[in-house]
Amino acid sequence: MSSQAETGKNRFILALFGLVIAAVAVYAGYRLLAPPPPQIDVTYNTVSADGLYQVTFETDLQPVPVGETHAWILTVTTPDGAPVSDAEIAVDGGMPAHGHGLPTEPKVTENLGEGRYRVEGMRFNMGGHWEIRVGISATPGLDEAKFNIDL
Amino acid sequence: MQARRAAAFLLASGSLLLLAACGADDFDENEKKAIRSLSLAALPERPIDPSNRVSGDPRAAAFGALLFTDTGLSGNASMSCATCHKPERQFQDDLPRGVGAAETDRRTMPLAGVAWSPWQFWDGRRDSLWAQALAPLEDAREHAGNRTAFAHHLAARHARRYAELFGPLPALDHLPADAGPKGTPAERAAWAAMSPDDREAVNRVFSNLGKALAAFEETLRPPQTRFDRFAAAMLEGREPEAGNDLSDLEREGLKLFIGKANCLECHNGPRFTDDHFHNTGVPPVAGRADDAGRADGIAEVLADPFNCLGTYSDAEPDACTALRFMRRDRAAMQRAYKTPSLRGAASRPPYMHAGQFASLDEVIDHYSRAPAAVSGRTELRGVVLTERGRKALVAFLKTLDPQRASDP
Repeated sequence: MSSQAETGKNRFILALFGLVIAAVAVYAGYRLLAPPPPQIDVTYNTVSADGLYQVTFETDLQPVPVGETHAWILTVTTPDGAPVSDAEIAVDGGMPAHGHGLPTEPKVTENLGEGRYRVEGMRFNMGGHWEIRVGISATPGLDEAKFNIDL
Repeated sequence: MQARRAAAFLLASGSLLLLAACGADDFDENEKKAIRSLSLAALPERPIDPSNRVSGDPRAAAFGALLFTDTGLSGNASMSCATCHKPERQFQDDLPRGVGAAETDRRTMPLAGVAWSPWQFWDGRRDSLWAQALAPLEDAREHAGNRTAFAHHLAARHARRYAELFGPLPALDHLPADAGPKGTPAERAAWAAMSPDDREAVNRVFSNLGKALAAFEETLRPPQTRFDRFAAAMLEGREPEAGNDLSDLEREGLKLFIGKANCLECHNGPRFTDDHFHNTGVPPVAGRADDAGRADGIAEVLADPFNCLGTYSDAEPDACTALRFMRRDRAAMQRAYKTPSLRGAASRPPYMHAGQFASLDEVIDHYSRAPAAVSGRTELRGVVLTERGRKALVAFLKTLDPQRASDP
């Protein structure tokens, strides 16, 4: 093969390479500028670690606020849906990525019956990923449920 | 030759990619969300303090404004709240540590936005603005006054205004001129000799004095800044008005602030504070007593007779959420101090709870290096910043300055 042909082939490869990079650049630019996909719907519903309880929560402020002390209603049932109304409940949590806990000490302030418990003193002092741990002690046994919340 | 051309091509393609990512308005949706959360548009309604029955009352605020500059409320009749909380200086004094009758241990805090703050003082040793206002009044290094002297002063100078808000003052003529539980030994002895009913009546007057002062202080709103006007325009998708745009450097600083510099971990929300306490490894001031910060503030606020759950509070106990659900973990709060607002901070050095750092450059250097704490554990993880990055952060912080001298 002549050196001329060699150069031509290399030019072709180089151009192809450039095109691929340009395409990647355009796609990356599009991804950066396009609105992000809708947030994954977070279901505030979980099963405790050993499977003893099904736990859900609702909050008195929506969406879950940053920088405001608010209350949760926890609902605790057995896996087949029977309300657990005699539970002792402890709530704690924190940000695993930052190694700090909640800025408050939330407490159950009222047993509302039918497996529902009012937890006051919930507060998140920054946005990001929080983990809330709910310790439950009732007739079926001791277990812990965990909620992952992205604020 | 070909390798060089290929490299040039790669470089050009790379630049194209960078250009696509860094246009003039290159804040992505998450960044825009963060910018909104920091702007005054995100500031909720001014809260009413349930423990203060004159909270939100304009007559009480007017009375409080008078009391704020009343030098009669001090041991030597020369000091008022405004001595350290200077209205023309964002209600602070530019000193490393406030000076009343003597130098104190801590930096005087500005007052804009205090109504939104659940904890007062650097260590949160008070849970309301009115309970806070009482502490300096009878601190020997600040106003150096005492409770019966304050009550006598109110009777002599402000009886009518007081009565309009709180009902008539109790009989005081039979009480000592100077008596209080925190004063000189003679004042403490005089206080101990008073009947429980008289002490209770004077405490009630004293707490009302704080409530009127608080009603004034809570009217001090954080003023609109260039950052807020820029944020409002950006979020409405329009160009900022002349003079309200941010320069490239300021935008870079904002991007760093809400991004890799991790500032939002504590300085979040429209007041740039999470209202919580953090150990950031700020060194103590040489030659001064140990200062445990929030670790000591926890016990003090619980013991304060003027707290939200106390006799002089107007709140139903259920409303005292800050105190009832307060984190009581003393060890975790060793040398932790309240996150100060950054609004107006650029123009009021020195910085930190005892004025340890003279400039923002020193502050940023500290956050970048993240040295170990002398006690407790620092929450800082350190961040690598370029020279331009540091300049950009400072430039951004300056956009949070008040724009008129009369702004709080």
